[in-house]
Formats: sequence, structure tokens, C-alpha cells
Amino acid sequence: MDLTIIQIILVVLIAFLAGIEGILDEFQFHQPILACTLIGLVTGNLIPCLILGGTLQLLALGWANIGAAVAPDAALASVASAIILVLSGQGEAGVDAAIAIAIPLAVAGLLLTIIVRTIATGLVHLMDKAAKEGNLRAIEFWHVIAIVLQGLRIAIPAALIMAIGAGPVRELLQAMPAWLTDGLAVGGGMVVAVGFAMVINMMATKEVWPFFAIGFVLATIPSITLLGFGGIGVALALIYLALSKQGGSGNGGGGNTGDPLGDIIEDY
Amino acid sequence: MAQEMKITKRDRIAIWWRSTFIQGSWNYERMQNGGWAYAMIPAIKRLYKSKEDRAAALERHLEFFNTHPYVASPIIGVTLALEEERSSGAPVDDAAIQGVKVGMMGPLAGIGDPTFWFTVRPILGALGASLALTGNIMGPILYFVLWNLIRMGFKWYTQELGYKAGAKITDDMSGGLLQDVTKGASILGMFVLGSLVNRWVNVAFTPVVSRVQLDEGAYIDWDSLPAGADGIRTALEQQAAGLSLSQYDVTTLQDNLDGFIPGLSGLLITLLCMWLLRKKVSPITMILGLFVVGIVFHVLGIM
Repeated sequence: MDLTIIQIILVVLIAFLAGIEGILDEFQFHQPILACTLIGLVTGNLIPCLILGGTLQLLALGWANIGAAVAPDAALASVASAIILVLSGQGEAGVDAAIAIAIPLAVAGLLLTIIVRTIATGLVHLMDKAAKEGNLRAIEFWHVIAIVLQGLRIAIPAALIMAIGAGPVRELLQAMPAWLTDGLAVGGGMVVAVGFAMVINMMATKEVWPFFAIGFVLATIPSITLLGFGGIGVALALIYLALSKQGGSGNGGGGNTGDPLGDIIEDY
Repeated sequence: MAQEMKITKRDRIAIWWRSTFIQGSWNYERMQNGGWAYAMIPAIKRLYKSKEDRAAALERHLEFFNTHPYVASPIIGVTLALEEERSSGAPVDDAAIQGVKVGMMGPLAGIGDPTFWFTVRPILGALGASLALTGNIMGPILYFVLWNLIRMGFKWYTQELGYKAGAKITDDMSGGLLQDVTKGASILGMFVLGSLVNRWVNVAFTPVVSRVQLDEGAYIDWDSLPAGADGIRTALEQQAAGLSLSQYDVTTLQDNLDGFIPGLSGLLITLLCMWLLRKKVSPITMILGLFVVGIVFHVLGIM
């Protein structure tokens, strides 16, 4: 479908916001569930984009900037794939193909992030200069410039995709044969495991593996909703904390952050 | 130093808001230093009036700094208390302020990253995504509102805590409450992850393992049903009575696997991914690899 001027401006604004949040990580506008949904909202494709956002969100569960490391770029992946989905005019049927496009984009976005973070190094040298003169305004100014650069990092690619137009994008997507799109859907069912694996690797200790097992087994009962799992989980945590204090021997495992399953995986 | 300068609550609210942008000028040389200085500006304005004092304060706060962006707030709070003492004549030197910043940023990042990025975000994200997948707009709304309530509340409360506790906050960190929260969060996190791995890693192996011809009377004999709506009713009644829809009892590989416990293949893939991650395989490689596996296996008729 073709977008009106107002819609294009709104999409670029959302892309700008997502780019800023991609570095700030505060309001979370770069997360697929928000970025895709907002683009769907302003372009009149709310439901397909909502589903795309939900699916990408599951993929991105474990993506995080830790220390100086840069995670795959959720902002570019969600903004660009949502725009491509909207332009293709395929609705919900185009979600799987849009996800497959999002992954390489997340890698491309990573490169752009590294470039902007390098440019920012130059900006803080300008801040050093302003500091010597006690110039508060100048420090604020350069900080805002750095934030704007991060916004443009996503806004410019978004505008470029819309400039190329719906035609080529649609042709590209329709040229994909059925075995490819179906196969991508099969792969899409599995890639979620990568995000989960990242999170588990981060949290797993000897102490908490049993809770993983309980959760896994309970999930085979289809009538327990996710909110229900939240309730059970909170209750289990409270019980465990209360008991480990009462027993007195609860500190027995203190300092031991061993990860038995992890060791098995390691030795394998 | 007759007049003692105080940072007002309004200043602290302004600083709290500015700390939202602490990663704005993140750079490879000194990381969050620009954002840190940006956040401290309302305090510098309040405490130091001369150009020389302001210049010294700005240079002091443009030193290297990096932590999880939310747990920077308690560090900001402590630093505010220290700067306030310094401006009123107390012997707080640059090294003390830098020492507190560096001393707190490492351990706090160790709490912030697993708590926010690997517990709160996956849980809220999964909750939001599960609603979004069914086309429910409450998914993103819940995610946005809950996340920001937690984030803004946490940042304000810990900044105030840091400001009041001053230099004593480092003792606080070893206190029991924070440990309880961290441990409780990881229990909840692992529990929910266990259920999500079961529900959301979708693998279906399609090869047919066995195909058994059923006895007459064990399946619905479509040819002998009455015509029209009567036939539909009879068929539904027979199905409810436990009759099979077709003459054959088909068992796929997936049915066999589900016999152990539903979701087993998803669990195995997750464990494989964990192992690959520990072998330093990049997540992106794994994601692309799984797509390739999906396409190849689908073409071969295995999935």
C-alpha cells in the first residue's frame, strides 16, 4: 500500500524515537512490541504489526547491551520490518517473511550503532573543551546532538525504505516461493530458543534450576495462563526465601553459584 | 564558607529526569561520562557559582563512567550528597568522589543487568508478546506502562536513598533486602522461563512413524451416514463417542516425542543453544542457522 505524507512523517518520527531509545534503553520505544505496534497504528495496519511486534519481541527477549558490548539492534529490525510489512500490503500473511528480513537488519543496525558510538567519542572531546570554560550550556548542547545522531541512525534508513517504495518491496516478497516462506515459518518457531538460551545462561545457578523444571512441567497443563504462572512463580519465590531463612542452614549454599546442568553442557 | 548550599527537591527531580538520558552520548572512550555530566548539571548550578568551581566540577564529572543505566541512580544520589558536603567546605577530594563512583558502578551493574535485562524485561516482554500474538492491543500497553512505572519508581527511590545514605550506601548494598530481591527475581525468572520454553519453542516433526488400519466400528464410516444435516449430527455424535475420523491411526514422530512430555524437543533445542552460546557461537549465527535448518528440514519433509 502507499502511504500519505502525514503517515510517512509519523513513521519517520517513530523511527527517530526508536533510534534514541536504542541507546538510552529507558522508555523502551525500540522494543519490537512497541515500535512495530506504533508503526501499525499510524499506518492503519495495527493488527498485523502487533503480531509482528509480538513475534519479534520473543526473539529479542535476551538482547541487551551489557557493558561495552552491543546487542543486535532491535530498533532497526523492528522499524524496518514493520515498514516492509506495511508496504507489502500482505497483512498477517506477510509476518513470517518480515521476520526473516528483520534478522539481517538487526546485524546491519549493530554496525550503524558502532559508527555513532565512535562519532560520540569526538563529541565528548568537545565537551571537555566546554568544561574547561565552565560552559554548562555547551555540554548540554553536545549531549543533545549525540542523542539526535542516535535518532537519525534509524530515521534515515526508515525514510530510505519508504522512498524506494512499495512496488520493489512487494515484488521482492512475492518472488519468494512457498517452500521458502513455509521453511522460514518452521525456523521462526525454533529461533525463539536462542533468546531463551541467552537469558537462562545469565540467570542459571544450582539453586534456581529446580524452578525451571517446575515451570516446564506445569506448562503442559494448557489451562494455566501466563499470568497464572506469574502468580505461582511469585508464591514459590516467597516460600523459598521464607524457608531458607527459617532453616538456619539456608546459607549452606552461600557462595556456591555452581550450575550443574551448565557443567554438564560444558563437559559435553 | 559561611553559607551552606543545599540541593533542593526540585533539583533532584530535574536530575532524576536528566538521568533518563545518561546513555545519550555513550562513546567508546569514556562511555556514559557525557550523560553523567549532563545529569549533574542542576546540582553544579546550585552548588558552585564561580566559573572556576564549575569548570572543576564539570571536568570531575566527565571522567570515565559506565554501569547499568538504572542503577546509576543510587550512585548519582550518593555523589550529590558528597558534592553538597564538598561545596560547604568538607574535605571531600576528587579521588573520593571518583572512588565512590567507580566502586559502586561495577557491583551495581552486576545487579542491574540480570534484574532488568534478564528478568523483568523477559517476563514483561513475554507477557506483552503473548497478548500481542493474539491481536490484543493490551499487550504493548501493559508492557509500556508496567516497565516505565517500575523503571521511574526504581530510579527515583534509589536516587533519594543514595542521597540520604550518602557515603554509607555501600554498606547498604551488602544488606539482606537487596539480596532477597535479586534471588527472588531469579527464582521467578527461571520458573517463568521453564514454562515459556515449553509453550513457545515450536518444533513439529512430521514423519509418520506408524499407520495402523483400524477395525470396523472404530472409525466413522462416512459412506453409510444419513444424508444432509442428519448425517452431520450422526458423525458428530460418533466422534464424541470416541470413533476415529479416518480408517487409519496415524502416529507421527512428534506424537511419540510428546509421549515423554510435550515440549521436549523445544527444551532440547534450547539446551543446544545454551551449549553453543557457551562455546562462544554468536546468537546471530545461531538464529540464521535455525532458519536454514527450518528451510532444509521442511523441504526434506522432516518438519
